[in-house]
Amino acid sequence: MNYLYYPGCSLTGSAREYDVSTRALMALLGAELTEIEDWTCCGASAAEAVDPMLSLSLAGRNLALAETMSAGPDILVPCSACYLNLKRAEAAVREQGGALDDINTVLAGEGVIVNDNHHIRHLLDVLSRDVGADIIIGRRVRDLAGLAIAPYYGCQCLRPYAEFDDPENPASMEPLIAATGASVHRWSMGGKCCGASHMTTDRAVALELVGAILDAAAGADAVVTVCPMCQMNLEAFQLKISRQRRNKLDIPILYLPQLLGLSMGLPADTLALDLNLSNVGVFQN
Amino acid sequence: MQPRIHEKIRNRPAMESLTASVAEIAKQMRTCIQCGTCTASCPNEFAMDLTPRQLWRRVQIGQPEEIFTSTTFSICSSCYCCTLRCPRGLPLTDIMSALKRVAAARMIPRYRQGVHFHKAFLDSVMRHGRVREMEFMALYFMSLKHPLEPFRYFALGMRLILRGKIHMQLPARRNKKLAALFVKAEDMEKHR
Ligand code: SF4
Ligand code: SF4
Repeated sequence: MNYLYYPGCSLTGSAREYDVSTRALMALLGAELTEIEDWTCCGASAAEAVDPMLSLSLAGRNLALAETMSAGPDILVPCSACYLNLKRAEAAVREQGGALDDINTVLAGEGVIVNDNHHIRHLLDVLSRDVGADIIIGRRVRDLAGLAIAPYYGCQCLRPYAEFDDPENPASMEPLIAATGASVHRWSMGGKCCGASHMTTDRAVALELVGAILDAAAGADAVVTVCPMCQMNLEAFQLKISRQRRNKLDIPILYLPQLLGLSMGLPADTLALDLNLSNVGVFQN
Repeated sequence: MQPRIHEKIRNRPAMESLTASVAEIAKQMRTCIQCGTCTASCPNEFAMDLTPRQLWRRVQIGQPEEIFTSTTFSICSSCYCCTLRCPRGLPLTDIMSALKRVAAARMIPRYRQGVHFHKAFLDSVMRHGRVREMEFMALYFMSLKHPLEPFRYFALGMRLILRGKIHMQLPARRNKKLAALFVKAEDMEKHR
């Protein structure tokens, strides 16, 4: 298993533990990750909100750089926001229409060109389909039996590009969670929106959405995520939301590779558990 | 600061160009049957003054004032649930984004904060190629010109700094890594 790797901006900053744990887990699984050289921002939701061509060009630049590298063609992307933007550009490129020409006109100034010679893969896609639960079970050294884990998918890895899971009733994380020995917390919030950047621009709305998710996680021992924005929204405002809702809503929020890494015997530091904002103490010893 | 919801758009030429933009967007909404599936699917509907279905009706009949004074388009978090379920297969989230871009281009009061947020983000990306989270937030606060706004983020900022996740950096105005790409993309967008 060899992949090109696009970490994206969040994973170099506020979501560093997602980067660290993804690399550690993939290395343990024997997969080689080659970071795309000189990658730049995918445009996040900002470029699309201002100028669609800028969004396609920023994402397209990274696809073009990836195509110059010998590893690949699969590009592993852990961040769901990056995944969606890169997928959008991938779809435009695949159509081979006017948008592709437009992207390449913009990219000409950067000295690169994009073809249809790459495949954007979300980390969850790779873990559930290329790796699979059996490999995790086979390499399990720590049985997490007794713990109930709530799978949280968020929006952007599921919609609008339904590549590897059901966008209405996602289930791809369940066999992976079960493979650690833990049970899957049953709830209907897995694919509900966390409010995304509302946490900055319309905070009251986001607090309401996240509050409902945390409420529904009652009874679980942790929530696992596959997106830096979901992770931040679910873990950074627990105190505030607990006060608002007069209910103690402090639950560990882990990135999926952190959970899988723990069950495969990786130490807590190797998975950067000390960087999580929620209290993940129970998983640290 | 949130502007009052029903702050009116009074300037006449601006109003006319808004009408034209909405008419363009309305073409995509012709087949909406007002079934309300979008409203039922929307996680943010509780915070909107017009439901998504009501907004799409305003788009169909061309009422820019009602559209752009509503909270609806700016509270859409692009979750794609409505797009997934609309029985007419309309690309609702993308159309919502088109409304946001019209509002952004005209600095419609209700959307100003969102625009500042996006512009600050892109500014940092243009200069360094990657967003510097600390710089981006600093730029965002400066653009809001609201002296107390940064304090809402103080506690979170400290937690991130203590974990070494973000670094104190002053905006580096001289870097321009992706300036050419930004200019070219903007130019292309105008002529599409
Ligand atoms: S779901 Fe589609 S057809 Fe139904 S009201 Fe909404 S936009 Fe119209
Ligand atoms: S995409 Fe926007 S309007 Fe549609 S359901 Fe999601 S938040 Fe609501």
